[in-house]
Amino acid sequence: MKFGVVIFPGSNCDYDTLYVLKDVLKQKTLFLWHKEHDLKNVDCVILPGGFSYGDYLRSGSIAAFSPLMQEVKEFALKGGLVLGICNGFQVLLELGLLPGAMLRNKNLKFLCQFVHLRVENEATPFTNKAKKSQVLRIPIAHYDGNFFSPPDKIHEIKKNNQVVFRYSDAKGQLSEDANVNGSLESIAGLRNKEGNVMGMMPHPERASEVLLGSEDGRIIFDSIIHWLGNRGG
Amino acid sequence: MIDRKIIEEHNLTLDEYEKIVELIGREPNITELGIFSLMWSEHCSYKSSIVHLRQLPVKGKNVIQGPGENAGIIDIGDGLAVVFKIESHNHPSFIEPYQGAATGVGGILRDIFTMGARPIVLQDSLRFGPLSTSKNKSIMEGVVSGISGYGNSIGIPTVGGDVYFNDCYSLNPLVNVFALGIVEKEKIFYAKAEGTGNPVLYVGAKTGRDGIHGATMASAEFGEDSEHKRPNVQVGDPFMEKLLLEACLEVMANELIVGIQDMGAAGLTCSTTEMAAKSGTSLDINLDLVPQREEGMTPYEMMLSESQERMLIVAKKDRVEEVKQIFSKWDLDAVVIGHVGEGGRLKVSFGGKTVVDLPVDAIVNLCPVYERESKVPSYLESAKQLEPLPLPEDYNQTFFKLLSSPTLAEKEWVRRQYDHMVRVNTVFHPGADAPVIRIKNTKKALALTLDGNSLYTYLDPKTGGKIAVAEACRNLACAGARPVGVTNCLNFGNPEKPEIMWQFKETIQGIAQACRIFDIPVTGGNVSFYNDTEGVSIYPTPVLGVVGLVEDISEVTGPGFKDEEEILILLGENKEELGASEYVKTIHQKQKGIPPQIDLKQEKRIQEFCLEIISSGLVESAHDVSEGGLACCLAESSFLSSKNIGLKVDLQDEMRSDALLFGETQSRIVITSKHQNHQKILNLAKDRQIKATAIGKTGGDRIIIDQNGQKLLDVPVDDALKAWREAIPDIFAIK
Repeated sequence: MKFGVVIFPGSNCDYDTLYVLKDVLKQKTLFLWHKEHDLKNVDCVILPGGFSYGDYLRSGSIAAFSPLMQEVKEFALKGGLVLGICNGFQVLLELGLLPGAMLRNKNLKFLCQFVHLRVENEATPFTNKAKKSQVLRIPIAHYDGNFFSPPDKIHEIKKNNQVVFRYSDAKGQLSEDANVNGSLESIAGLRNKEGNVMGMMPHPERASEVLLGSEDGRIIFDSIIHWLGNRGG
Repeated sequence: MIDRKIIEEHNLTLDEYEKIVELIGREPNITELGIFSLMWSEHCSYKSSIVHLRQLPVKGKNVIQGPGENAGIIDIGDGLAVVFKIESHNHPSFIEPYQGAATGVGGILRDIFTMGARPIVLQDSLRFGPLSTSKNKSIMEGVVSGISGYGNSIGIPTVGGDVYFNDCYSLNPLVNVFALGIVEKEKIFYAKAEGTGNPVLYVGAKTGRDGIHGATMASAEFGEDSEHKRPNVQVGDPFMEKLLLEACLEVMANELIVGIQDMGAAGLTCSTTEMAAKSGTSLDINLDLVPQREEGMTPYEMMLSESQERMLIVAKKDRVEEVKQIFSKWDLDAVVIGHVGEGGRLKVSFGGKTVVDLPVDAIVNLCPVYERESKVPSYLESAKQLEPLPLPEDYNQTFFKLLSSPTLAEKEWVRRQYDHMVRVNTVFHPGADAPVIRIKNTKKALALTLDGNSLYTYLDPKTGGKIAVAEACRNLACAGARPVGVTNCLNFGNPEKPEIMWQFKETIQGIAQACRIFDIPVTGGNVSFYNDTEGVSIYPTPVLGVVGLVEDISEVTGPGFKDEEEILILLGENKEELGASEYVKTIHQKQKGIPPQIDLKQEKRIQEFCLEIISSGLVESAHDVSEGGLACCLAESSFLSSKNIGLKVDLQDEMRSDALLFGETQSRIVITSKHQNHQKILNLAKDRQIKATAIGKTGGDRIIIDQNGQKLLDVPVDDALKAWREAIPDIFAIK
């Protein structure tokens, strides 16, 4: 089982994600360079957080055109596991692997804080170690995390059970206050229809050690490891 | 050619000009004059401050690099060293708050990675005018977004700092940025230009006309037209700097270069002359080869440009191609623009002609040094007289008012705009006295703090200087960390005014005394003079950045109560000292009186004791008493406990009740312990001759403070928390 963490120019959670996978969770993990075409036979590709290409133009938009992402797209279409965290989620939206778009946070400010997430769909490769409606405490750090999608699309997203996480309070209740960035339907994480691609705005790699305030983020990585293990990967 | 008017426009005196002519043996041309004006500016030369800065202790057994390089370096064991510095970006932040603050972050980060260290943390000390005016609010919003925009994008956590508000900053906000990096001891780089024939490379962003005269702007008072200086403010590109950071660290790791210097204030001028002067070599550069963003730039403009995100590298002769390859991997320009020679000169050519030929020693080391006249300020005597004040009628209301004053209120509105978690090192302790950063793959951690109460310094500069150091170290002690090094940012008015010079001299003396007693070396810093606008000077504002080391991360302690029924113990003594307090300022609207006094030896013993009981595992929480006094200290520990646990204390002190609750007497720390440990602490304190008093316990949902059994304060935690938490968001809410 092998993880690949993509480095775009401007990625800044690349080392964090590698550190958690390699040093905390003891998984074989390597970096993938945006200019190359080689996915190095990894079983799961992670697009980390950061400001790829400075997030100039639009968050994640330029990274979607990088050489490596054409390979990632093909990998995903063949069923490979792809997780996009924060900026990585934005890249997946720009690439069209996930539906919707990100607007600026509702208070028009960057937000870095712990939030609560309610697990909406536990039957995914990324959440199988969680329970339905379990509440996870994981931080966010973004400017553009206010999820948006037109009504017909959101209908489809819900019909296909694609919502994986929603912002909630500590008890799992949804509210305007808990939905800190103003996302449509409090959506914090989404999967594709097939279920092998997920994007989430919160940073599970920042919540994988007690010292840093929470271990809840490990559930996401543990789920991937479990799923790949069962698949015999 | 060069006339009086041109000399004055370059902020040089006629005497200074004559000295230049004498040193170079002829009249300088305009480009050469520009070079001298930058390097002899107060900002670059420290000409008014250097005489006094020499009093600061700079040596210590762990000092690898003291003042004089891009940043100071301290050995922290395990083969590692920390590289850190603080710098001001005050003037640009007034003119253009977002870019001024953003480029302040960019500049200090380059100082760190120039030395081969990977920056891992940022902090900021900010001073604004009162938030009652929309101008001050917009400056604060701009500065905070600028810091957030740059630091978040480049991916270095901004973990804390401090924010104060005072009228004196309305036209002259302060933005002091602290950065720290970590490096393997054997892999430190310096600004050297050695090896005749070695190529000089220009890397990073292209040169434009931005920021011309930034350093001289920072060395003059502002008038009413200062906003017209906007073109002098540089524009930051954090994405470019991120690429530059990665590429520079990569060429260093591959041992391809001899020396490196960033082009910060004074750009190409400063980097070329300083590198050559340090190594006693010459640099020959050809400006035609400099990557340019704009057309038709003159040599004068290129030499003086402060375009951001640029570095100058002296590479090993036979490794140039590898350097270029690494920069090209990161999509950056790396262009050979000259080479190292002999003879100690800077030679610059343009269009086939020599446009500069100057001795670098004269530029860098022979700037005149001034011991400027000083005199006790005339305001001082009356300002120290605090007339008798009425006691509050309702302590609860007074308490709410204080908690919601912007200086004391919660700063989460600021903090959550900063990515304070990236790099996964930030130890979770919200609102801690000193944020803690773990060092991966070791048991160690760093605690960091910035401190400086300018009202104290205004009323008694020497005491204010001492307290700034003492309080910074006290914050570290509360976290369980020992101070290992200091960097300071000294923000003052116009040094040509004798009263300002007196404030400066006194403050330095106070800082120097305290650093000696705490045995911590000052490894560098920054002096920002001319913080005057329309003739009004800011309060003297020293900001002390102290780095602390925690040997065992499991001992790190936070300020929030852990549980109910913990015993509250006060280390130190309550005294009736109200002068210069936030209480007198906010409630009685007077910025007067004698600031709290400090006995540095006593302070040190209390901090040592705090560290001792923390490492013995006897302490659940620790929080220092500072602005807002004992009442606010206790309240904050309640707010910062995970369940907002209340408290009940009874203080057995005979004194004015307002002084007891809100006075800012120094050398006090409130700790909590489990019931079974508190007697041990009290006994140990007795052995060490430290005054320690059990004053009450945690529990319930109210904050209750009595004096000799008589009720002073009794409020629900939730109401107090609301006052503290909502004050700043309310001010900025869109209504």
